[in-house]
Amino acid sequence: MRNPKRIFTYVFLSIATFISVFPFLWMIISATNKSVDVTKGRLLPGNYLFENLTKLIETTDLWTALWNSARISVLTTILSIIIASLAGYGFEMFRSKAKDVVFNILLLSMMIPFAALMIPLYQMFAGISNTIPGIGIDTVASVMLPTITTAFLIFFFRQNSKMFPKDMLEAGRIDGLTELGIFFKIFMPTMKTTYAAAGIITFMSSWNSYLWPLIVLQSPNQKTIPLLISTLGSGYAPDFGLIMVAIVIATLPTAIVFFVMQKHFVAGMTGSVK
Amino acid sequence: MNAKKRGLSMTAKYNLTGWGFVLISVVMIGSFYFYPMIQALFLSFKTGTGTNLTYTGFSNYTRLFSDTTFRTALFNTFIYLIVQVPLMILLAMFISVLLNDSKLKFRGFFRTAIFLPAVTSLVAYSVVFKYLFGSDGLINAMLLKLSIISAPVEWITDPFWAKITIIIAITWRWTGYNMIFYLSALQNIDGSIYEAARIDGASAFKQFTQITVPLLKPVILFTSVTSTIGTLQIFDEIVNITKGGPGNSTMSISNYIYNLSFKYTADFGYAATVSYVIVILIVLLSFLQFKVAGDKK
Repeated sequence: MRNPKRIFTYVFLSIATFISVFPFLWMIISATNKSVDVTKGRLLPGNYLFENLTKLIETTDLWTALWNSARISVLTTILSIIIASLAGYGFEMFRSKAKDVVFNILLLSMMIPFAALMIPLYQMFAGISNTIPGIGIDTVASVMLPTITTAFLIFFFRQNSKMFPKDMLEAGRIDGLTELGIFFKIFMPTMKTTYAAAGIITFMSSWNSYLWPLIVLQSPNQKTIPLLISTLGSGYAPDFGLIMVAIVIATLPTAIVFFVMQKHFVAGMTGSVK
Repeated sequence: MNAKKRGLSMTAKYNLTGWGFVLISVVMIGSFYFYPMIQALFLSFKTGTGTNLTYTGFSNYTRLFSDTTFRTALFNTFIYLIVQVPLMILLAMFISVLLNDSKLKFRGFFRTAIFLPAVTSLVAYSVVFKYLFGSDGLINAMLLKLSIISAPVEWITDPFWAKITIIIAITWRWTGYNMIFYLSALQNIDGSIYEAARIDGASAFKQFTQITVPLLKPVILFTSVTSTIGTLQIFDEIVNITKGGPGNSTMSISNYIYNLSFKYTADFGYAATVSYVIVILIVLLSFLQFKVAGDKK
């Protein structure tokens, strides 16, 4: 126990832990303090949490932003995992040479930087605005559409459907289920953990996404939480206590999901499920 | 004969069903990745403001060479890349090796805590960092109190320190995330290899360089490629911590593309040209990393 290597390990990991956790603690403490105290770097919790929260609700569109973020993230998550799992299942269960080629081409899209897509995508949705207003700029559809399908998620589902017992497929066919029926009634319920992991990672990236919403969502009543925080943070006379409450609120959903479903969370992020 | 024919049509039917399953994804990725990617290439040969665009040949590409803002943005992005990616990868690897000790107490606690930054939104943590690193912020206050510095460091407003702040911020956010990949790879390494090495008298350092690193090669490659792709596109942190300033001293290529398209008078053609620089860099650097890392693959 007393060997120096062990001691070094504990000291090093404790420092790393402190650095990792400290900004969270400070953010939570600051949410309970007055703006002046936040700038002074006060490290003790205060009793301004309620006041900060009330001010946040009164002076900003917090509810609208929360509703927009929630709506976009939940819809994106549901559609994403259905579409990607259909494809991952299709590529694995109905394997053919041509499909493998297509799959590899899809994987290449992971290398495409968003920076190179944002201008043509913006033009695409600006163009659609005139013909189909429902999915043009400044709509929920325009934020969601480019982010719903990712090659990463298709890959993730394909990898995991390798573990799905093929005899269950045959059993379903003998029972007279349609191919879609097998997918929805047998595959989906069996792969619950895979869906959980994929759902978490998709929800998180959608909830946190910034650049694309910044480009397409222009009117104030469409703003999402990251956009709201960014605007608050760059104001001329920022109220730091208020901003910290907003940041805590923005971080809560993903933090809760993380603590409740840590295993699925990590599996979704790293793209692997045991 | 008849049976064979029926068998074939069954295969054809299965094959078609399979295409049905993958259809939506193929259409979506085609329309929202590959199609705009090609559009951007066309755009890069056009010039004009807003939607008034005409073909100009290579003029956007020649403009790159005389554009000092572009050069600054490219330089900054490279600094982030060269300093931050190796630093973070080494740190992630080091922490995971420390954590991969079954006799270690509070292992789960350390792992969870170090991974925690990966759950935050880039915007939220950036704003927190902006205040922590402010001129009269907590970091300066602590460093002053500990007498590490004698005057406040201008973390946000000094061109040199602002880059350091950005690098610290990204490293904070992503080290734990990358660490998870190393941890899961380390857990798959058979312990008896180390046993044999120890019997042969290999030192801990030698075990690390001769056994651990070679076995971790695929993960090192994966994390380097994904981190490179990520850092080359860095945007959220810079907008929310320094706004690209002071001057343009922290501006990245993605910031510049955004400014060219949506902040200054919209110059989509030139912005697309700049964006293709990132595409080319990603292809080149990924290729290079695969070359360096993979003697077999």
